[in-house]
Amino acid sequence: MAGSKEIRMKIKSVQNTRKITKAMEMVAASKMRKAQERMRASRPYGEKIRNVASHMAHAHPEYQHPFLVRRESVRHVGVVVVTSDKGLCGGLNTNVLRMVVQSMKQWEEQGAKVHAVAIGGKGLGFLQRTGVPMVSHVTHMGDTPHLDKLIGPVKVMLDLYAEGKIDAVYLAYNRFVNTMKQEPTIEALLPLPKTRLEGSGPSASLAWDYIYEPDPRAVVDQLLLRYVEALVYQAVAENIASEQSARMVAMKAASDNAGNVIDELQLIYNKSRQAAITKELSEIVGGAAAV
Amino acid sequence: MANLIHVDVVSAEEQIFSGHAEFVVLPGEMGELGIYPRHTPLITRIRPGTVRLRIPGQNAEELIFVSGGILEVQPDSVTVLADTAVRGHDLDEAKALEAKQRAEEAMHDRSSEIDYAKATAELAEAMAQLAAIQRLRKGSH
Repeated sequence: MAGSKEIRMKIKSVQNTRKITKAMEMVAASKMRKAQERMRASRPYGEKIRNVASHMAHAHPEYQHPFLVRRESVRHVGVVVVTSDKGLCGGLNTNVLRMVVQSMKQWEEQGAKVHAVAIGGKGLGFLQRTGVPMVSHVTHMGDTPHLDKLIGPVKVMLDLYAEGKIDAVYLAYNRFVNTMKQEPTIEALLPLPKTRLEGSGPSASLAWDYIYEPDPRAVVDQLLLRYVEALVYQAVAENIASEQSARMVAMKAASDNAGNVIDELQLIYNKSRQAAITKELSEIVGGAAAV
Repeated sequence: MANLIHVDVVSAEEQIFSGHAEFVVLPGEMGELGIYPRHTPLITRIRPGTVRLRIPGQNAEELIFVSGGILEVQPDSVTVLADTAVRGHDLDEAKALEAKQRAEEAMHDRSSEIDYAKATAELAEAMAQLAAIQRLRKGSH
């Protein structure tokens, strides 16, 4: 029975692998549900802020916040790269990073310098290895992202933008479409695209204005800052939901593959066992005939 | 429904409260604000403190703690955009500085040019691996 022991050991090892991937699949499935809930929970805030901001943009067309002004020459570009901390989630991070690299190439061709903020370990590692200048980063967000952790890194980028050291900021992340589909996305964060502020609401015909306390400027400043932070937070929440669903799908595929490998090995094992028995029998018969 | 006001309290991480109230008290930046229905439009920053809501058909007032944020008042609705943590200029500054320092440490030994060749190669490798996995999966069925 040559090799039958080896085959048995191989089957055992693949079975153990399958146990692990199966467990990871189930963990990812339960985390995914929570991540999706969180993603949805953070939406009302962004919508409300957008409504208020669009009200104010209509009521005060003369006050132009720097976040809303388009700059004519874009010489420095900032990009916020949102990735996951951990791997084993299929092509999720690769897809978004590939998109980032393509965009960076384009910006460089147009003569703009690129600066990055990395959110998540995979993006940090990648940007570090490829030598993109990084102004700030944050990792180990965990499964429940907190805005608290994002404030610092995002503020670094916003300060650079306010000082005029960066002329445009982009946000790269995986948009959550559904469990089977996540879409790598790069969108403009600053200056805030006009379409972002054209929310629904009664802002179209404005015959009235707010009372501002203490003054319009201070309120608009804080409001827009919160809005940008909310956008980044939303991107992180979507990315985590995407990560968990991508991992679930990847681990399901891995478990299925392990099952196939086990079936094949089992077949080989049975065949080799049968062959050994047949051989032994024919030896016995041959021996008996010789006597 | 004539003398009710719709109140939304939302933070970036969750929706905290949504419903109708007869009267709302909030800690505004310039002092406490009491808001009845048909208030004139107002927008202000709020300080850390308690939002008190008088809800119809409920004896006790509903209390919500907020750590600052922005308040928007419309004649028929009140929206509180609450912060998730206590914020302040100095606190934000400290967080930004910390983040900057971490990045500088991380970037200590980087090369000056963006290494596109390396990046593309690395991505190509990862893509190839993924493609191979997919082929293997198809082949084994």
